[in-house]
Amino acid sequence: MVNTKINLAGVSLSNPIVPASGTFGFGTEMADVYDINLLGGISLKGTTLNPRVGNPTPRIAECSSGMISSVGLENAGIDVLVAEKLPELRKIYNGAIIANISGFSIDEYVAACAKAAAAPETDIVEVNVSCPNVHNGGMAFGTSPESAAAVTKAVKAVTGPKPVFIKLSPNVTDIVSIAKACEEAGADGLTLINTVLGMRINIKTRRPIVANRMGGFSGRAIFPLAVRMVYQVSKACSIPVMGCGGVATAEDVVEMMMAGASAVQVGAENLREPYCCRNMALELPVLLEKLGVKDINEIIGITE
Amino acid sequence: MEQRLFKIVANKEIAELTYRLDLEAVEPGFSFDGEFVNIKIDGFFLRRPISVCDSYPGGITLVYKVVGKGTEALSHKKEGEVLDLLTGLGRGFDAAATESSALLVAGGLGAAPLLPLAKKLKAAGKKVNVVLGFNKASEICLEEELRALADSFEIATVDAIKAMDPTFDYFYTCGPMVMMKVVCKTLDAPGEASLEERMGCGFGICVGCTVVTKNGPRKVCKDGPVFKKEDIVW
Repeated sequence: MVNTKINLAGVSLSNPIVPASGTFGFGTEMADVYDINLLGGISLKGTTLNPRVGNPTPRIAECSSGMISSVGLENAGIDVLVAEKLPELRKIYNGAIIANISGFSIDEYVAACAKAAAAPETDIVEVNVSCPNVHNGGMAFGTSPESAAAVTKAVKAVTGPKPVFIKLSPNVTDIVSIAKACEEAGADGLTLINTVLGMRINIKTRRPIVANRMGGFSGRAIFPLAVRMVYQVSKACSIPVMGCGGVATAEDVVEMMMAGASAVQVGAENLREPYCCRNMALELPVLLEKLGVKDINEIIGITE
Repeated sequence: MEQRLFKIVANKEIAELTYRLDLEAVEPGFSFDGEFVNIKIDGFFLRRPISVCDSYPGGITLVYKVVGKGTEALSHKKEGEVLDLLTGLGRGFDAAATESSALLVAGGLGAAPLLPLAKKLKAAGKKVNVVLGFNKASEICLEEELRALADSFEIATVDAIKAMDPTFDYFYTCGPMVMMKVVCKTLDAPGEASLEERMGCGFGICVGCTVVTKNGPRKVCKDGPVFKKEDIVW
């Protein structure tokens, strides 16, 4: 029997498959669809300190091998996450629960992450630094080493023993310098990549397809970009990486791990193939056996 | 929600750019529940959500319009080919909300989900009054099917609604958003409308198709697509 158990900064996962934030709700919605305990972890829908109504619609634009989405972090706020969503999920799920937190100022990150980390159900706090900083002309926190480090440091000060993973944006010149800055600021791990800023235009109306003009491009098309960035970052950093971006098959999971990922998040594919994470979790041990791998940890970052 | 394979029994153009797709479940034991299905079409990232127009044990009938490349590709699918569907999606019309007489107002392909509703209402002994609106005569579809069920029937404009049986106590509407807005604002009776919004997943996960209602944000795909008139913010 192949060992698929992996470790993320002290948190043990039965396998590396983790649905990515925003593509699996709060886990409970999918429990009616299949046995979610087949999944190593679940990254929950992005949550902010205060409730948000999100962006106007349309929020979705289809692309070749992917999609643009621009939800604008519609969510009910951290208090609902802590009071309702986390306990409801823990009742039915034994794997790693990853609370995904966003903010528009350092104070907001700190307040929301402190509450998420204090919840007994939370195993990992994942911090989305792709949001615009309202105190700095709207520049995303994750686009400079200094601001990404500032968020990391501030969040680490209030999250106690819970591991903090910083989810990095690919919309940068040098992701390695940002990853290293987060590691030095105390991050326990990194998730990458978030969506790639994209845009589609309706050529008949001459207007953008999504109401917010631009949105996050995700799906199979971004897989090579994600593999490259996971490879670069994991070679430069010593903290664990959750690889994310365009993963759709068990083969993709193996490839992402060979690039350096300790766990693998699956995003947009969940929206077109709702059973894909279950299928990957079931196929992964079979595939590893075929590849002659006895312990999945052997392949993490094996590609030179 | 269920994922199932269906064999195409027929895929025929029944009006201008309008197709009737008869599907038979490959595996036994299928019966449809919900309002729409989400169809995987090779070469397209997202599935295409389409209302169910008729269902019976083992199969469903869809009526869809070619509006883009995805539905165009679907229209080229041949008898015997197999399609991958997510079924049992969405919350449909509440036939029980009608006391004795219902008004059904459809614009274009909005007629499709009103046909099973009309059948349900008739089976429950309610009066069914139907208004179908189309842009062009060449686009008229489902006329015979709905006419056969209806106690009164018009192919008409919004003005004709008031000229019909004035005793209806409840209405149902499906069609372009502007049409439904006028219907909801013009009629004093209570009713329901099947809203439309561009969807990502179709099963309540991606938060792409949010609509702001008087009760806060709701998902068109999962909380709807049908919403009560009084809850809709136009």
